[in-house]
Amino acid sequence: MMAAQGFGDLTLLLAIPVFGATMLLFLPRRQPAGLFTIALIASAVAFLWSLKIFGRFDGRVGEMQLVERVAWMPAVGIQYLLGIDGISIFLVLLTTFLMPLALLASWSVRDKIKEYLIFMLLLETGMLGAFLALDLVLFYVFWEVMLVPMYFLIGVWGGSRRIYAALKFVLFTMSGSLLMLVAIIYIATRHAQVTQVLTFNVLQLYDLHLPAAQQYWLFLAFALSFAIKVPLFPFHTWLPDAHVEAPTAGSVILAGVLLKLGTYGFLRFAMPLFPEATTALMPYLVALSVIGVIYGAVVAMMQSDIKKLVAYSSVSHLGFVMLGLCALNLQGVQGSIYQMLNHGLSTGALFLMVGMIYERRHTRLIAEFGGLWKQIPLFSAFLLVVTFSSIGLPGLNGFIGEFLILLGSFSATPRWTAVAASGVVLGAIYMLWMARRVIFGPLTNPENQNLQDLSGRELVILVPMIFLIVFMGVYPQPFLSRMQPAVELNLKRILTRPVSPVAAEPDVGGEHNGR
Amino acid sequence: MDVNLVPLLPLVQVLVTALVVTLRDLFIKDHESRGVLAFYSLVGLGLAGAEVILLLGGRQESAFNDSFMLDGFALFFAVLFIASAALTILTSIQYVRQAGIHEGEFYALILFATAGMIVMAAANDLIVFFLGLESMSIAVYVLTGMWRSNGRSSEAAMKYFLMGAFATGFLLYGIALIYGATGSTNLTEISAYLIDQPTEWPVYLVGGGFLLLIGFAFKAGAVPFHFWVPDVYDGAPTPVTGFMSVAVKAAAFAAWGRILLYRLSPLDSDWVFPLWIIAIGTMTLGNLLALTQHSVKRMLAYSSIAHAGYLLIAIVAGVEWGGLPLLFYLLTYSFVTLGAFAVLASMAEAEEARDGYSDFAGLGFTRPFLAIAMSIFMLSLAGFPPLAGFTGKFYVFRSAVLSGQLNLAIIGVLNSLLSVVFYLRVIVAMYMEEGGAPGKSFRQAPFVYLAVAIALIGTIYLGILPADALNWSRQAFSSLE
Repeated sequence: MMAAQGFGDLTLLLAIPVFGATMLLFLPRRQPAGLFTIALIASAVAFLWSLKIFGRFDGRVGEMQLVERVAWMPAVGIQYLLGIDGISIFLVLLTTFLMPLALLASWSVRDKIKEYLIFMLLLETGMLGAFLALDLVLFYVFWEVMLVPMYFLIGVWGGSRRIYAALKFVLFTMSGSLLMLVAIIYIATRHAQVTQVLTFNVLQLYDLHLPAAQQYWLFLAFALSFAIKVPLFPFHTWLPDAHVEAPTAGSVILAGVLLKLGTYGFLRFAMPLFPEATTALMPYLVALSVIGVIYGAVVAMMQSDIKKLVAYSSVSHLGFVMLGLCALNLQGVQGSIYQMLNHGLSTGALFLMVGMIYERRHTRLIAEFGGLWKQIPLFSAFLLVVTFSSIGLPGLNGFIGEFLILLGSFSATPRWTAVAASGVVLGAIYMLWMARRVIFGPLTNPENQNLQDLSGRELVILVPMIFLIVFMGVYPQPFLSRMQPAVELNLKRILTRPVSPVAAEPDVGGEHNGR
Repeated sequence: MDVNLVPLLPLVQVLVTALVVTLRDLFIKDHESRGVLAFYSLVGLGLAGAEVILLLGGRQESAFNDSFMLDGFALFFAVLFIASAALTILTSIQYVRQAGIHEGEFYALILFATAGMIVMAAANDLIVFFLGLESMSIAVYVLTGMWRSNGRSSEAAMKYFLMGAFATGFLLYGIALIYGATGSTNLTEISAYLIDQPTEWPVYLVGGGFLLLIGFAFKAGAVPFHFWVPDVYDGAPTPVTGFMSVAVKAAAFAAWGRILLYRLSPLDSDWVFPLWIIAIGTMTLGNLLALTQHSVKRMLAYSSIAHAGYLLIAIVAGVEWGGLPLLFYLLTYSFVTLGAFAVLASMAEAEEARDGYSDFAGLGFTRPFLAIAMSIFMLSLAGFPPLAGFTGKFYVFRSAVLSGQLNLAIIGVLNSLLSVVFYLRVIVAMYMEEGGAPGKSFRQAPFVYLAVAIALIGTIYLGILPADALNWSRQAFSSLE
C-alpha cells in the first residue's frame, strides 16, 4: 500500500461540497436560482473530480489506492486515513453521480432553499467520507455526520409526519452505531495490547486475530449498526417512514446511497475484521436476508402508495444484496456490489419519477392513476424501463446483478437461494402490477387528463440514468473487472486466516496517562 | 515558612480585580451606566489568564509549605475557570441589566467564586481546599439569589445554601476523620501514609474517604445527591446557571481528581463499586428526567446531571486511565454548555424567562446565527462527531474500555442515545416549528453573540483538532506526580 503523507485528491473530493456549502452560507437567500446554480455546480464539479479519480484508479490492483494519511489524534493512533479500492470507487461514483440529479430534482423546493442546499452538500461529503475512510474512528465520524443533514432534510422539508420519521431515522441508526463505537474502541484496545501498536487503521486491524467468542460480540455490534442501515429484516421499520416523509431528493439519496453504506460496512469492516464470526453467523444473516427479500416483496405488493411500494421494494432488493455478500464467493460479492449500483440507479430513478408525478398531482396513490400512457407517453416509457430494470429484465442492469448473486449464493446455500429466487418472481409481480395500474388501462380519472409530460429539466435528470441502466445491462465487464481484484483480496481476508488465535491475555496496555 | 508568592499571582490577580470592581462600583452614580465594571472584570480575568499561560511553561511552584501547588493540573483548571468566568460575564452584561440585578456585586461575586475555584484546584491540603470550596460556594449562593425581584431565584438560593451547607458538613467530617487516621491534612503526607501502610487502615479512614466522596457527589450533582440541581439551576439567573453547571462542577471534579482519584487512589478498591453505581444512576436518571422536561433550562439542568455521570465513568476508570478523559471532557463540556446557556440567556426578556421549547420555535429563521450555534451545541452535547462533545465522550468511553469496565461504556452509549431525543427536540423547535420568542439581534445583545461565537469556535475546534488539547490534558494530569 502506497502511504502518501498529507492531503490529496480524495480530500479535495470531500472538500468540494463543503466548499460549496460554505459559499451558500454567505450568500443572500433572496436569489434562489443563484443559490441553486452554485449547489449544482459544486455537485457537478465533485462528479467530474470523482471521474478524474476514477481515471487515476488502477483496476488491476486489489489493494487500497490513492491513500492519504495525516495524523489526527496521534496520541491514540487515530489517523485521517483515506483510500479507495475497486469496491468503494464505484460507490463513490454512484454518490457523486446521483447528487447533481437529486439537486436538479429539487427544483420545486422553494421553502428555505438555502438551508436545503447546504444540507444536501454536507450530506454528500458525509457519504463520500464514509466510503473513503479507512480509519475506524474517521469512518464513525463520517457515518454519524451523514445523519444530521438527513435528519434536517426529512424533518424540515418532509411530509406531514416528518418530525416523527426524522427522529425515528436518527434513533434507529444511532442505536446501532453507538454500540459499534464501543466495539471500535474495544478492538483497537485489543490490538494495542497484542501488538503494542495503537491504531484504528482498519487495514492493520484486519491482521488482528481475536478469539472467536470476542469476535461474535464485536461482529454483532458492527452488524447491528450496518443491518439497521441496510436495512435487514427486522430492523427495517424506520425505512418506510423515512422514505414516505422525505422530500424526493432525500429519498433518492437515502435509497440510492445511504442504504449501501450498510452493505458496504459489512463488506469493508464487519466481515474481514471478524472472519470467524462471519462464517459462523452467516446462516443467520442469510436467513434474515431471504426473509427480507420475501417480506419486502409481499408488503410492497400490498401498498396503495407508490412511494411506499418503492420503499418496501428497497427492503427486498437490499435483501438480495446481503444474500450475495453472504455467499462469500467472487460471483456473489461482485453481484452484490453490482446490485448496489443497480439499486441506486433504478430505485433512485423510481423515487425521482414518483416525485415528478407527485409534483403534478399531489398524490401518490396508485388508484388515482391509470392510463397515463395516453396522456404522458414519455413519462410512461421511462417508468416502464426503470420498472424492467428493477425487476431484472435481461438486457438491463438489474439482471446482471441478480443473476450473479443467485449464481454465487446457489453454490453457498442452495435452499435459501431457491427461496430467494421466488423473490424475483414476487418482485416482477408487484412492480409490473404497479406499472399496469399506473400506466395502462383506461384514463378514467379526469384529473389526469391535463397532465404535462416530462419537461426538459426532467429529461436531463432521467436520460443519464436510463443510459447507465442500459449500458450496465449490456456491458458489465468494465465494472466487474475493476471490482474483481479488490473483491478477491477481501474474500481472502475473510476466508483464509491463521487458525491459532493469538495469546488471549497480553501483559501491558497501550499508553498511560496517569502514573 | 517559605513565602514564594509567584504561584499566587493569578489568584491574587482575580481577587484584586474583584476588589477593584467592588470599589469602583461605589463611585458610579445610580443612574449611570455600569458597563465599565464588566470591562474591568474582563481585563482582570484576561491578565490572570495571561499570567497562568506564562506560568504554564515554568517549573512547578508551590507555596505555604506545599499546601498550595500551582502545578500543571491547577493551571489547567485555572484556565478553565478563568475562561468560564469571562464567558459568563460576556453572557451576563445584557441579562443583568434587563433583570435589574446589581452589576457591581454580580461581577465581583463571579470573580470571588473564580478565586475560590482556583484555590480548590490548587489545594494540596484539605483545609486549604475547604477554604477554596467555601469561598466559591458562598459567592455562588449569593449569585443564585441575586435576581431579588424573582421569587424562584430567592427560593433557589435558599435551597442551594441549605443543601450546600449540608454537603459541607459531610466534607468537613470526612476531613476530620482522615486527619484523625493519618495525622495530617496535607495531601502529600496523607498519600505517603497510604503507600507506607498499604493495609490495616483504620475503619474511619475509609469512612472519611467516603464522606469526602459524598461531599463531592453533592457538589457535582451526582445521583443520589442531585435533588438540589434542577430547582437551583432553574431558579438562578441563566448566566449563573451556566457558570454553576460548568465552573462549579469543574471545580468539584478538579478536587475530586486531585484528592480522591489521585492522592487517595490506594482506597480505590473500596469505592469503585459504589462509584460504579453512582455513575450509572447519574447518567441514567439525568437523561430520563431530562426527557420529561418542558423547559430547555430545566432540560439542561438534568442534562448537566447526566454529564456528571459521564465524568464519573472516567473516575471509575481509575487513576491510570481516567485522568486524561476527566480533564478533556470537562474542557469540551465547558465550551458547549456555556454556549448553550448563552443562547438561552439571550432569549430572556425582562419579565419572562422564555426558556420553554416553544419559545425556541422558529428561531432558526428569525435568528439564524443563534439557532445554528444552538444546534451545534445540542448536537455536541448529544455526542455527534465531529464536535467537542463527541471527542470528549470518545475518550471517556475509551477509558472505561481500557480499565475493563466495558459494561459502563455500553451503558454510557445507550445513555447517549437516550439524550439524543431531548437535545434534538430543541432543534425540532428551532427549525421545524414556528411562532416562538423573537430572540435578540446582534445589536440588542452583542456580547452574548461574542460569547456564543467563542463557545462555537471552541466546540468545533475541540471536535476537529483535539490533539493539542488532549496533550495538554494528559500533561496536566501527569503533573500531579
